[in-house]
Amino acid sequence: MALFVDILLSGVAQGMVFAAIALGLGLVSRATGIVNFAQGAMGMFTTFIAFSLLSRGVGYWPAFVAALAAGAVLGAAVERTLIRPLQGKPALNPVIVTIGLLVVLEGVAGSIWGNVARGFPAAFSQRGLVIGRTRVAFSHFDVFLVCAVVVLVVAIVALFRWTALGLRMRAAAFSPEVSRLLGVRVGRLFTLAWALACAAGSLAGLLVAPLSSFSPYYMDLYLVYGFTAAVLGGLLSPVGALVGGLVTGIAIALVGGYVGPDLQPIAALAMLLLVLMVRPQGLFGTAGVRRV
Amino acid sequence: MTASPTRPGAEAAPSGARKRVALRPLARRLRLPSQPLVRHSILFVLGAGLFYVLTVNVGAYSDYQIGEIAVYAIVLGGLSVLTGLNGQFSLGHGAFMIIGAYTLALLQLHTHVGLVEELVIAAVIAAAAGAVVGVPAARLSPPYLAGVTLMLALGLPQLSAQYGSVFGGEQGLTTTPPPAPGTLSPERWLAWIQLFCALVVLVLLANLVRSRFGRAFRAVRDDEVAAAVSGIHVARTKVLAFTVSAGCAGLGGALLVLSTGVVNVGEFPLSLSIGLLAAMVFGGAGSLVGVWWGAVALVYMPTWSTSLSQHLSLGTSAAAYLSDSFFGVVLIIAMLVSPAGVQGGIRRIGQHLWRTVAGPAFEPVPNDPSLAAPDGTPSEVAGVEAATVRMDQETKERSRP
Repeated sequence: MALFVDILLSGVAQGMVFAAIALGLGLVSRATGIVNFAQGAMGMFTTFIAFSLLSRGVGYWPAFVAALAAGAVLGAAVERTLIRPLQGKPALNPVIVTIGLLVVLEGVAGSIWGNVARGFPAAFSQRGLVIGRTRVAFSHFDVFLVCAVVVLVVAIVALFRWTALGLRMRAAAFSPEVSRLLGVRVGRLFTLAWALACAAGSLAGLLVAPLSSFSPYYMDLYLVYGFTAAVLGGLLSPVGALVGGLVTGIAIALVGGYVGPDLQPIAALAMLLLVLMVRPQGLFGTAGVRRV
Repeated sequence: MTASPTRPGAEAAPSGARKRVALRPLARRLRLPSQPLVRHSILFVLGAGLFYVLTVNVGAYSDYQIGEIAVYAIVLGGLSVLTGLNGQFSLGHGAFMIIGAYTLALLQLHTHVGLVEELVIAAVIAAAAGAVVGVPAARLSPPYLAGVTLMLALGLPQLSAQYGSVFGGEQGLTTTPPPAPGTLSPERWLAWIQLFCALVVLVLLANLVRSRFGRAFRAVRDDEVAAAVSGIHVARTKVLAFTVSAGCAGLGGALLVLSTGVVNVGEFPLSLSIGLLAAMVFGGAGSLVGVWWGAVALVYMPTWSTSLSQHLSLGTSAAAYLSDSFFGVVLIIAMLVSPAGVQGGIRRIGQHLWRTVAGPAFEPVPNDPSLAAPDGTPSEVAGVEAATVRMDQETKERSRP
């Protein structure tokens, strides 16, 4: 029973990271209709920026904020330079560009920082909390992680639901032509969506770095789990991303705990295929939303 | 020898306005016959001769590298048919290479079948895996297909760690290359086997491309609805393309580990799968000649990047990443500028030279420059348009008093 609870708790923590990635994927997908496979690599890159700052003696929180800002800048820059010129081309082209970007970012990070697994500091203690008399696999850092992602999701939902900017973003994604005619600067909003998405990716990178062996490739698997979570949640809704992340995280943790950690990616693949075959619009999507 | 259409109007009746160039009859006789089987057999013989001369004049290590190029040509050929002709793509072809490689190693370990059987079984098993992945893949739009195949490339290698007793875990399994006859060096013999397989596979693919199935592949790529209306079973066609492509990757993987002597998943990282896609785009998607350029880039890029980083004194760690980054940059540039790869460039230059030597197939009608013979873009549609334009032209010329 204790094992089961521990697995469940670690699944929740991991699932929150998947949710952050899924949220970023969803933001981009909603705005520009593509899946950004470089999302994980961008998070990795900005986390390495934070790592460099930390090793120069900068405090944790300034480095944390700097990485988020770097993620936003990187996302905006990528949208402007690589994605914008591909508007109107087949949907395959921007997807392949993001895959190329994934390889380039990993290559650049590898040549700057080297392909060695390092440790990345956590903001809070990573020792399990003591509840009653037992120590559970849930630390202060995990609490922070869950709170950070929940705050992110709430902020995004609030942005879309209650602000004029969010309304414009939804309008721009729903019908770019009509929005443009009504005076909405659609291009800028797409850039903003990319910036937000990549900041979310940076957050995921920062949160997960202490939990894994920190190397240029550490986000690869998190990206595909995040992708599974995004498809599960329907790719378009922030709450769907959160639930999709949790479900994926717990499922992955159960497979890892009871079957074997090496089967986790294949299990995620099976889950992804199942969702795509049975309910391609995701648990929270409505049929017909998916762009075919 | 690829999807490029033979100029439909090239052999048509001569028109009076055509200019005769002295070299033309000779140049014409040099043109390859358009009948696919004859044409591809000639290319096969030419390729075999070229590679024979090449391999007997180089050392053992170069033989090894030439064999590796042949192996990647097989894998890229399958990928090129999948992407260039059928419009699907895969980030997971490294996974099918792994399947072929492990099948060969397991067969060598547990059975005593001959090399041919081993290679055929490896290709068939990989093709079967391709069919399994192809069924859901046929229903997915590009971003989802990318995600699924990406997960395959990441997830499948981990199975070898999970079932270490079967697959040998981290160390993997060993393979024994076939014994060379006579005084031939083992590297050269293996390179010949690999080159022979590559030529056979590429000829088979080229014939497939020109067959009913190839036309169905292209029809599905260009417009699924129109293809379905024309009586093509879209899903079945897509699954077939995926199966063929995965079979090629499996054969390639099996041949590759004959050279390396060992199979472990470290040889097939995610960057290989992405590198394959990039090399295919680099050579020219859909071109079966272009795959050789992509294969050369795949084999020599690590060497070149090492010497480049030494030249720029970037340090040893940078060398390993330069070639990966190169393929990423190739993907990005190809998508932004969308050229037809190296082979597309060569084809354009060749067509330009051809026109200079042999004169245009048809002189443009003087008072209508817009009807000039199109420069044969590698698309079927363009070929049809070109034919239409030429027919119009002929009609006009005939109706002229």
